[in-house]
Amino acid sequence: MADFTIDETVDITDVVCPMTFVKAKVAMEELEIGQVLSVHMNDGEPVQNVPRSFKEEGQQVLKLIDNEDGTYDLIVKKLEE
Amino acid sequence: MAFTNEQMERYSRHIILQEVGVKGQKKLLNGKVLIIGAGGLGAPAAMYLAAAGVGTIGIVDADEVDLSNLQRQIIHGTADVGKAKVKSAKETMNAMNPDVTVNTYREFVTSENIMDLIKDYDFIIDGTDNFPAKFLINDACVMAKKPFSHAGIIRFKGQLMTYVPGEGPCYRCVFKNPPPKDAVPTCKQAGVIGAMGGVIGSLQAMEAIKYLIGVGDLLTGKLLTFDALKMEFHTIKLPKADHKCAICGDHPTITELIDYEQIECPDH
Repeated sequence: MADFTIDETVDITDVVCPMTFVKAKVAMEELEIGQVLSVHMNDGEPVQNVPRSFKEEGQQVLKLIDNEDGTYDLIVKKLEE
Repeated sequence: MAFTNEQMERYSRHIILQEVGVKGQKKLLNGKVLIIGAGGLGAPAAMYLAAAGVGTIGIVDADEVDLSNLQRQIIHGTADVGKAKVKSAKETMNAMNPDVTVNTYREFVTSENIMDLIKDYDFIIDGTDNFPAKFLINDACVMAKKPFSHAGIIRFKGQLMTYVPGEGPCYRCVFKNPPPKDAVPTCKQAGVIGAMGGVIGSLQAMEAIKYLIGVGDLLTGKLLTFDALKMEFHTIKLPKADHKCAICGDHPTITELIDYEQIECPDH
């Protein structure tokens, strides 16, 4: 059972660093404080960097879900504008 | 206003910065900066502001591009010699970034036109090369309550300071009056190392960008000087705003703008 509700999703599998985080950040901009964003990303560089970048900006990383198809879904709660 | 994919990519290095982000970039796109003088200082300032996506940029200059300008005025090219500087500058900026609206004013600032020129802009950049214009810009910005960046360059030296209404001294608090005619050489007479415009004009663009985004500390109450031969930057803390200042003091004695006499260059 998921202990969160996803308010918005963004797919960043079509871009590479640094556009991965840029695209995720632009999507996060549209959310209200307390809302949750799901970021669909490829394995590798995005999984390494995007969660860390969100944390550095004061957002709360709730979960990183391995879809076992080479992609992940990063669940992030917005804490900072 | 949502970003297009192209804008997301163009401004990606800004958006990544925590201090800028999506909100800061939108502030830049909604920002309006007026650059007075499309020369050594105005050229790099205009180019960095255009590249940064400052949505509306005005440029004021009555001159045409001269071959002797090209050693430092990097917004103009050899093919632009003889063209109005504002037209040449606009072409370069439009080519750099289609997001930017460039307004051109082919005139010199005077007591007659300056209030009208500055009224729609958020921040003013003084990129002029003479004291009458510098005092005029200061006095007009104080009267209109507009923030501006002052700068001057000569030989291997440059300086700049920022005025924000109510947050420190104005240019006249510090320098009082234009120097006597012929006491100070103009840069036509004295020369200037070309890259100096790039250093100081870029710092002016930096001040405008920080002001528009609302981050960091501006050069209010401070004068930054750069000596290229010694390769030394100094930031000098200035005295507080002068209560007796003729323009920004408690009882200003200057109530109308002044057109000081321009110092004529013997070689022109």
